Amino acid sequence: MFELFRVIVQRDLLLAMRRRSDILSTLFFFVIVISLFPLGIGPEPSILREIAPGIFWVAALLASMLALERLFAVDYVDGSLEQMLLSPQPVFILVMGKVLAHWLVTGLPLVILSPLLGIQYDLSNEVLSALLLSLLLGTPALSLIGSIGAALTLGIRGGGVLVSLLVLPLYIPVLIFGAGAVEATVSGLGGQGHLSMLGAILIGALVLAPLATSAALRISAE
Amino acid sequence: MKKGLIHWFKYASPASFYPLAGRIIPWAAVIAVLLFAVGLYMSLFVAPMDYKQGEGYRIIFIHVPAAWMSMFIYVVMVFWAIIGLAVNTRLSAMMAQALAPTGAMFTFLALWTGAFWGKPMWGTWWVWDARLTSELILLFLYIGYIALRGSIDDNRRADRASGILLLVGAVNIPIIHYSVKWWNTLHQGSSVSFQQGSSMSSIMLYGMLIMALACWAYTIAVVMVRVRSVILQREKDTKWVKNLAEIQS
Amino acid sequence: MSIAEFFHMGGYALYVWGSFGMMALLLLAEPIMVYQQRKSILQRLRRMARLNEAESS
Repeated sequence: MFELFRVIVQRDLLLAMRRRSDILSTLFFFVIVISLFPLGIGPEPSILREIAPGIFWVAALLASMLALERLFAVDYVDGSLEQMLLSPQPVFILVMGKVLAHWLVTGLPLVILSPLLGIQYDLSNEVLSALLLSLLLGTPALSLIGSIGAALTLGIRGGGVLVSLLVLPLYIPVLIFGAGAVEATVSGLGGQGHLSMLGAILIGALVLAPLATSAALRISAE
Repeated sequence: MKKGLIHWFKYASPASFYPLAGRIIPWAAVIAVLLFAVGLYMSLFVAPMDYKQGEGYRIIFIHVPAAWMSMFIYVVMVFWAIIGLAVNTRLSAMMAQALAPTGAMFTFLALWTGAFWGKPMWGTWWVWDARLTSELILLFLYIGYIALRGSIDDNRRADRASGILLLVGAVNIPIIHYSVKWWNTLHQGSSVSFQQGSSMSSIMLYGMLIMALACWAYTIAVVMVRVRSVILQREKDTKWVKNLAEIQS
Repeated sequence: MSIAEFFHMGGYALYVWGSFGMMALLLLAEPIMVYQQRKSILQRLRRMARLNEAESS
């Protein structure tokens, strides 16, 4: 079972490496959105420090949502998804593997880059590490929750816009606790409580989301 | 007992549910009109003025029932979704489909009346109160369901995909609600409740209950008409639809 | 209580009637829309039935 998981992750990573522009476009979307806010709001450091948690998290939400479309679409179009669903292997593992690969490719780069962007917002080292940690816990949860939406809208006309309608409301708890963790660190309260809630959400998503995604994939690929 | 069970399963088929729904509609409609008449009379004339909130508090006679309905209808839709996914009956998905627009309507009404209550009481049309925010997110969930249903052409796939979306939403609603509540207390938003200051008098409670029952009867009537339309649309190629008196004439 | 007083609602007229008015509007509009939908579906089905009859005869 673990072997299957490893094979799927490896395969998806390999495929992603062949189309590097896809990875980069998600990352640059994140960078550009975050760099636009100071231009719209003004360069006042005290204001930027205050709004940074919300902006980083909303940008992460949008970037993660934009990347969802490609989670299953390529395999769906070339028919390999159907093959995988027909094979006797558990779909749960398949979904876990694909989501992990997807997160490694679209989520992790964004997490790693966030402290660098945080410097633009005049954040202290302590806040930067809280931001990094909250994104590290939160973005995998986003990928997991988002996979449900991606599976439900597979092969539907206008699926891209539809995914945002389905998935963004479900992202709200992650947004609240993720931005909350950073904000609590900014105000000196410490973000431990928020981070543990994020961890709980991630564990819950790890258990439940692949179940829903597997069921949705079966329905969509029929 | 066994016979009773079979009797109920009979109505799980659209063909036998269609006439039953037709018989329910006039009853539900009449009950709704009567209850609304009594409820409006109670909320506008009988209920005494609140000494703190003046006449403005009469809004809660519609705000609270609308908010109740918005949540109840979602729960009922989830119930039908579970049955539809477990037993694979077509009718249960049709019921969920017919309920959604009315649920979204009541959610909108709860938000609208919340704003009209908030303006005189809190001084603004909108506050990021935990309950109002949760209600807004509930509206998004309804819209997502309706949008997903609308964009899948294959009915069977639409039934099951939207059923899964409802289940996912049902699991998420408590999490969303508590996270919004926590967020709200952390940001020290307004903690004013809709029953601020005044303890609820029994006449207010009865008025609200009657309005809520009226909304129930109304929902049943409207949803039955809508589910009949859905049944006709989806079963249009079957023999029993072709033999219906409405179509023969 | 006079009629003018009733409509004045102790200064809360806009808010009270704004809320009750919206409810009245929605609860009247929705049944009309649902009924229209039913009528148009029945019409379409009737037309289809007539077409089928014409074809088979």
